[in-house]
Amino acid sequence: MDKKKTVVEDIDRGLYDIKNKDRYRYKASKGLTPQIVMDISKEKNDPEWMREFRLRSLDIYNKIPLPTWGPSLHELDMDDIVTYVRPDTEMKEKWQEVPDDIKDTFERLGIPQAERESLAGVGAQYDSEVVYHSVKEELVKQGVVYTDMESALREYEPMIKEYFMKLVTPNDHKFVALHGAVWSGGSFVYVPPGVQVEIPLQSYFRLNSPGAGQFEHTLIIVDKGAKLHFIEGCSAPKYNVTNLHAGCVELYIKEDASLRYSTIENWSRNMLNLNTKRALVEKNGSIEWVSGSFGSKISMLYPRSILKGEGARAEFNGVTFAAGGQVLDTGAAVIHAAPYTSSNINSRSISKGGGVAVYRGAVKVAANAHHCKSLVSCESLMLDDLSRSDTLPVIDIQNDEVDIGHEAKIGRISEEAIFYLMSRGISEQEAKAMIVRGFAEPIAKELPLEYAVEMNNLINIELEGTIG
Amino acid sequence: MAEKLLAIHGLHAAVEGKEILKGLNIDINKGEVHVIMGPNGSGKSTLVNLIMGHPKYEITAGSIAFEGEDITALKTFERARKGIFLSFQNPEEIPGITVENLLRTAKNAITGETIKIMAFKKELKQAMETLKIDNTYAARHVNVGFSGGEKKRNEILQMMMLNPQLAMLDETDSGLDIDAVRIVSSGVKHFKNDQNAILIITHNTKILEQLDVDYVHILMNGKIIQTGDASLISQINENGFLHLGGDALDSGEVNALHG
Repeated sequence: MDKKKTVVEDIDRGLYDIKNKDRYRYKASKGLTPQIVMDISKEKNDPEWMREFRLRSLDIYNKIPLPTWGPSLHELDMDDIVTYVRPDTEMKEKWQEVPDDIKDTFERLGIPQAERESLAGVGAQYDSEVVYHSVKEELVKQGVVYTDMESALREYEPMIKEYFMKLVTPNDHKFVALHGAVWSGGSFVYVPPGVQVEIPLQSYFRLNSPGAGQFEHTLIIVDKGAKLHFIEGCSAPKYNVTNLHAGCVELYIKEDASLRYSTIENWSRNMLNLNTKRALVEKNGSIEWVSGSFGSKISMLYPRSILKGEGARAEFNGVTFAAGGQVLDTGAAVIHAAPYTSSNINSRSISKGGGVAVYRGAVKVAANAHHCKSLVSCESLMLDDLSRSDTLPVIDIQNDEVDIGHEAKIGRISEEAIFYLMSRGISEQEAKAMIVRGFAEPIAKELPLEYAVEMNNLINIELEGTIG
Repeated sequence: MAEKLLAIHGLHAAVEGKEILKGLNIDINKGEVHVIMGPNGSGKSTLVNLIMGHPKYEITAGSIAFEGEDITALKTFERARKGIFLSFQNPEEIPGITVENLLRTAKNAITGETIKIMAFKKELKQAMETLKIDNTYAARHVNVGFSGGEKKRNEILQMMMLNPQLAMLDETDSGLDIDAVRIVSSGVKHFKNDQNAILIITHNTKILEQLDVDYVHILMNGKIIQTGDASLISQINENGFLHLGGDALDSGEVNALHG
């Protein structure tokens, strides 16, 4: 196999790059064999059906080839990836009890400071396991469940069995099959009918261990007429070995329910981020995705919304930033499977220093899905001549009574705009940063304030130039 | 004796290899108002963009000094921080950045200190009132969806807020209706004092009515061919530029202007 390495531009990401000593109580051997999967399952005390599910998924993984489209994944060698690292701590419900170095990491990332200030609940995952989970008392009283997936598997087994990997099945593609085999951690949320969770819940995923994979599973069920805002944050420090993130997110939005799912992913440049996210929306329900994709060496991420019930709605707002050596292949997909459904996709991508930012999206309208509306708008901003942007939208419409719009704009950063801002005393670098922040503003304004600030900081870090 | 602000001597400049300024001299002292007139394509915009440090223009000979210091090697933002300002003929649209954000960032950059937010807001409100700009414009994205006249007023707003020593207005009055010109003109008058100077490029005299013009320069074919007092303006208005002689435009340049 060709093992040619590409050069990845390196930046100082400050606090995101602080690594801790690799601390674990149990670490699986490198690579992927039935024995390793069995070991993980045993370590996690899975019920029998889950162990069988893992082994079946492994089987599927071994049969499915790598995707034949998108960025090349030739650098991924599963024999080098550690699929399971259990940190040497149990899950805590009191922040004080979390080990100091892990606690410090999350404190620096603004968690659980964020919890005190503006969240209804927080989960924090470190490597393969959730180390902290808490949820506000009043939500518990209303029947809201917010817990780690392992606890959910014990306490809500029938519900997990009914929903787990039914929306994203191991047959979908190679990396969800892998996920099915070695998944660990993640969050489970259940919002009972009619309950309006007005302040967001947040889960944060931190991958500290070098050469490891993170395969967290997030399962959210928003029952009839209920409402939730869920925030997901991800980061990892930099190592010289490849890390793999193949998480899976399954969102079930019932009749008249609504879910806003916001993500800021900020991976180090040694990360292959092959994440799968999907939402199933029933009658008059709505899903809103807000997504910021930063870092990673390769990302393939296309949240898919399946509008199953009449009048269901999907909205996607995403920004992607690709610097030198990075290939960020992202987008969104919407399946209009019922009449009167609507979708709105708004994607912004930024590339610099030879980075490649690709918008890959799909809108499919089924034959019975009459009177549906879809608007796709993707804009790309290239900061120099080295960078590349592509737009690959697929539109597949099976009936005539639809209203579909698509617009794509690819452009280079305007020298005149930079000059204009510089003529107001603003340095060249800050002028560029302002233009880029302005370009991303339609997405940033969809984020809660502190995350919009974080996103602007990430843009600044990306633009502050390279080390060495 | 008046203090010298800007001194340009023997300036030759080219864009993409084509020479546009061909030995230009101009001196501007504090407290003065200078007007530059001349046919389209004579190099007026080139001159002010060059003073501001536009990367597209290349100085092939001569010097530009500001307060006695050669600024030709300085970057645009460094020139701005020294007190040079350009009101653009075609102001850029900057999506996602509000007028207020731009002004605060710019003011902090130019003064080198973080301004107090309340004082800033008050100053902004006053300047907007002077220019009859609706206060909702502070929260709008810079020039996005602005009419031609609104863009120009926004330029003058920035000038008033940043309070430069040398303000250059590149056809700020063009495309404005008579009321808007009057508003802009009163903003400029409001700004003017004996410690700063203004360089105005115009085809129109309306913007000058409220100002005491000290010098009028006629720029043709890359050179200043005549300098006079305010009376020169009415002569130009009556007779045009061509009777002034100098180097008549050759047909190639005329074509370039219309092409």
